[in-house]
Amino acid sequence: MPTLESLPHVLPEVALAVTAAALFVLEALWQPRGRARRVGFPLLALGGLLAALLFLVASPSSAEPRFFGGLLTQDPFSTFVRGVAIVATALAVGLALGSPSLPSNRRVEYHGLLVLLALGMCLLSSAGHLLMIYVAIEIVSLTSYLLAGFDDRGGRSAEAGLKYVLFGGVASGVMLFGFSLLFGLFGDLSLSGLGQALAHSTTLSTGAGRWATLLALVFVLAGLGFKIAAVPFHMWCPDVYEGAPTPFTALLSVGPKAAGFAVLLRFGTGLWPELATDAAAATSALPWLLLLGVMSTVTMTVGNLAAIWQDNLKRLLAYSSIAHAGYMLMGVVAGGREGPGAVAVYLAVYLIMNIGAFAVVSAVDRSAHSEDIGVYHGLGRRAPLLALAMAVFLLSLTGLPPTAGFVGKLYLFASLIHHGGFWYVLLAVVGVLNSVVSLYFYARVLRAMFLESAAGEPAPVSLANSAAALAVVLAVPTLALGIFWQPLAAIANFSGSLF
Amino acid sequence: MQQHRTGPAWGQEEKLIPLSHTILLSAVLFAVGTVGFLVRRSAVMMLVCVEIMLNAANIAFIAFARHHLSMAGHIWVFVVITVAAGEAAIGLALIVALARERGTIQVDELRSLKG
Repeated sequence: MPTLESLPHVLPEVALAVTAAALFVLEALWQPRGRARRVGFPLLALGGLLAALLFLVASPSSAEPRFFGGLLTQDPFSTFVRGVAIVATALAVGLALGSPSLPSNRRVEYHGLLVLLALGMCLLSSAGHLLMIYVAIEIVSLTSYLLAGFDDRGGRSAEAGLKYVLFGGVASGVMLFGFSLLFGLFGDLSLSGLGQALAHSTTLSTGAGRWATLLALVFVLAGLGFKIAAVPFHMWCPDVYEGAPTPFTALLSVGPKAAGFAVLLRFGTGLWPELATDAAAATSALPWLLLLGVMSTVTMTVGNLAAIWQDNLKRLLAYSSIAHAGYMLMGVVAGGREGPGAVAVYLAVYLIMNIGAFAVVSAVDRSAHSEDIGVYHGLGRRAPLLALAMAVFLLSLTGLPPTAGFVGKLYLFASLIHHGGFWYVLLAVVGVLNSVVSLYFYARVLRAMFLESAAGEPAPVSLANSAAALAVVLAVPTLALGIFWQPLAAIANFSGSLF
Repeated sequence: MQQHRTGPAWGQEEKLIPLSHTILLSAVLFAVGTVGFLVRRSAVMMLVCVEIMLNAANIAFIAFARHHLSMAGHIWVFVVITVAAGEAAIGLALIVALARERGTIQVDELRSLKG
């Protein structure tokens, strides 16, 4: 579809771009003080995000899913992921209200960058062209580097930002080289064009051509694996999560990961269209699926085993988010209609429970000024409501009923088992075993909160802030969706299809 | 993408410098960048090595674009140069912030985040 006719389909992105520009320009021209600065700008950011969400819900359906000459592809899956990205950003704006980890004189920049990040995630989840994938990944990355280094108390945050920029630069460089190899081998840059070239090209019939293609795919996987924090491209993750301001860490653990999964799924179904319809027959995609399967196994195992040794809650949640990337990769491997549907369900569940867990960490951090597991001792008596919410999130992250996390994991395992085949069922078994391991370190936090008493005179934990309020609010759907999971089933039905 | 053949000069140039030579140059540059990133411990030098890797990909894109007679590869390079400039600006800004707080830019000495 040509440019002008495409515009009505990207109104959410237009709204985000206008909001971000408005935030930066108003800050520079007006330089507001006092309440306008504290409340007005977050409200403006929230308004822009709400507008984007409304445009997304009301976006016109189109028979032709490719826009701007094939740069963007919109399908139900990308619509869903764009919604997840916008909601996650709105929650991060809410978490940031009054947070001490953000310098008060640079609040406006923080919100402007958050909205830009949302724009990048939206573009990334519907990118259908290698150039668009690259540019969108860089929009997400560049804004993330800045936001990770935003906290100016001590040097922890700047260190996190620098480590992120160095790892991210290498990952995108490697991915770029992979793209150039794909372009050289098949002479096309759009995913659909590459898919046709792969199906008809003689390149794959020679040994050298096959190895070159495999090398290009591994290079591309390095860049995408970095965005979803999959092993072995996860090294940045714990350090960046620990050093970045907590409201942003909450978003970083969900938003870019969701967009990364969207682009990973679209890359696979673009190059091997049969993956989207009949996963069982997709033997031509074998090296890609094999790479993803191995990556999934290693990612969840390393993430869960490393999390056992962590005493800092943010690092523990970082390794837990690595393990969850491994779980979601199972859905990508399963393919077909069921795999993407399961990934979408898990993303929705993960959005609620993980941002909820980070909201509790943020609330405790505001009074205790620490994320060490020691400050959680006796939280069950000092702040019962907050501790109860945290317990719900942790049980959900483990995947125990009656929480939403259980339903999410059920969909992922079911997609693999319905697919059938020894290796697919084996992957599901590895996933179940990993969930059992994860119970150990999540239960450690539960024990600290409810069974151990605090040493000395701990600071009282205040509930009167946005983080604690959000945590309690998010605990409700985490429980409710575990009992009434019709909304999740609707998500799986809606977003299972990719073009 | 549309393909244009802009006269016989294209084919003759390719004979002068074969595709394999340009690709070899690009691969060597990429290896230099990767090894440099792994060996160097100064944050600025690591950033320079990332730029070398990006430019290795740029050379490959230009070479393949001429080989396939496609404009897409040429356009790509301009996008990469722009993005790389932004990345360098952000990287250097973070390095300056860190140098002010710690007085060092050696990544080995950045240990306040255990990892």
